[in-house]
Amino acid sequence: MPESPARPSAPAAGPTAPAPEREFTVAERSQFHLVRHRFLQHRLAVVSLGVLVALVLLAYVGGALWKYEPGQFTPDNSQPPSWDHPFGTDAVGKDQFAQVLRGTQISLQIAVLVALFSTLVGTIWGAVAGYFGRGVDTVMMRVSDLILTLPLLAVAAMLAHHFGGSWWLISLVIAGLYWAYVSRVSRGVVLSLREKEFIEAAKALGASNTRIILRHLVPNALGSIIVNATILVAIAILLETALSYLGFGVRPPDTSLGLLVSEAQTALTTRPWLFYFPGLFIILIALTINFIGDGLRDALDPRQTKVRA
Amino acid sequence: MLAFAIRRIAASIPILLISSFVVFLLASLSGNPLDELLFRNPPPPPEVIALETERLRLDEPLLERYWLWLTGLFTGDFGPSVHSTLDIGAELTRRFIVTMRLIALAMLVAVVLAVVVGVVSAVKQYSKTDYTATFLGFLFLAMPSFWLAILLKQAGIDFNDAVGQQVIYTIGASSVIEPDGFWAKVADTAGHMVLPTISLALISYAAWSRYQRASMLEVMDSDYVRLARAKGLSNRRVMVRHALRNALIPLTTVTALDLAAIISGAVVTETVFQWRGMGDLLLTAIRDNDTYVVMAWLLVTATVVILFNLIADLLYAVLDPRIRYA
Repeated sequence: MPESPARPSAPAAGPTAPAPEREFTVAERSQFHLVRHRFLQHRLAVVSLGVLVALVLLAYVGGALWKYEPGQFTPDNSQPPSWDHPFGTDAVGKDQFAQVLRGTQISLQIAVLVALFSTLVGTIWGAVAGYFGRGVDTVMMRVSDLILTLPLLAVAAMLAHHFGGSWWLISLVIAGLYWAYVSRVSRGVVLSLREKEFIEAAKALGASNTRIILRHLVPNALGSIIVNATILVAIAILLETALSYLGFGVRPPDTSLGLLVSEAQTALTTRPWLFYFPGLFIILIALTINFIGDGLRDALDPRQTKVRA
Repeated sequence: MLAFAIRRIAASIPILLISSFVVFLLASLSGNPLDELLFRNPPPPPEVIALETERLRLDEPLLERYWLWLTGLFTGDFGPSVHSTLDIGAELTRRFIVTMRLIALAMLVAVVLAVVVGVVSAVKQYSKTDYTATFLGFLFLAMPSFWLAILLKQAGIDFNDAVGQQVIYTIGASSVIEPDGFWAKVADTAGHMVLPTISLALISYAAWSRYQRASMLEVMDSDYVRLARAKGLSNRRVMVRHALRNALIPLTTVTALDLAAIISGAVVTETVFQWRGMGDLLLTAIRDNDTYVVMAWLLVTATVVILFNLIADLLYAVLDPRIRYA
């Protein structure tokens, strides 16, 4: 594999003329191309990405085009899956396919918002703590530890009971607890990066602390951060569905995959289709995201592949 | 080692204090415990409301309430519950035993399963067994705990129907009418624990077996394992005494760190199987805005998590003699 070469000095032929095709033309490869190349070699991750994209399209595009609205009462009560109702209907005639698509939208939105928000806050928090060290580190990390000692579900349920209802408030509640995990990861990476020569060089050049953190530390830690954020989406989906199942998450008339499972559990013997489909969607989303995260880890940090499968 | 343990416990007391204060603020501000009373129809006389306000210490300022709660703890008083007849301390103890039984057994099963699966996967790397185990691990990682628990519960019900009698218990932590005699009681409790333990253990083992596999692979690649082989030791001895012992060290930390997550998992599992354990206590308390019950619950679980992490740190030294806590 060609090493990514130094940027060629300004081509004499001018920027528009293509370089002559020679036997040993060395194409420039950016970091992005290398990562994409390695990711595409991880077959399971690529398939997972395809499945996930298909699921997202199904939820948003399919949900908009489908003939039944979520929450709409149809004249067919308790129908098993058929062409008219692919996932069957519930006791009051709601089309489960429309419900599941709506639930997928809400669950995905919550999970993505949680991942984005907690990654943003957690990364900066951990980077600042790791970079400054000493007293700042101690105080900031004690705050993270504080959150980590609390059983997440309990505190999330308590906060969601008060604030809950709308999907974005639930995301904020979960993210408000989850950033502490991210800050641990980001601090660990920054601690090892802090001692590197290029940070010393930046300091010698007179770069400000803000600039060093945002321009040098965070981009170098980006690999671990992206992998972590991906896995967070899967974790957040599971937490949100658990909260909704317990009755502290998304509330009717809106729905989420967890709420759908919760509503279906009493009718497992009479209307099993209501129970299986939302559950399968949760598993499919979490599974594909985990595989994508695995592929990203291999692509962004090839050194780790030695130990991992 | 004793000095280390004492120092660690002392260091965790401020953390507990601050976290209890934060939770107290959140719990007190996140709902009015009198809601149930105020919205009752017909409305109760104002004297009743005034009495309840005083009993629940709602007439005191927030900081005063926290101080009363904190000092009350030393006399074994967990504060007043919304339900005036509920003794929080006694109720919590009873529920704690029920839930910890489940958590301890599930963790034991999960650790054994994780070690066995992880080691077998590592030793037979890239074999069919390895791929199957890896896939199952990812599957359980992606499975919502309540979904798996409901499935298992239904499987138990179907099995009972097929056999024609109650073989597997699917509801409650013990029978409503407990059988006489010590052993009959033990058998009854154990029977009720089977399905919840399986579902909690399956959810927990998956991540651990991945760790175990990775650390086993790393250890098997190390020089001292190669040396042990070169000395002509049997494969079994190399694997158990040299490789496995060292590969277990990371797992102790991961297990300890995951305890808080398992407690959350137990809350969900208990809900599915309708246990009257810690999970039910917490969820009911949150619904009733029962501040002091929530506080007692979080205090107990946070203490357990901190103690467990300490034990894991001490275990570390036992497994790895290079680590010394002076």
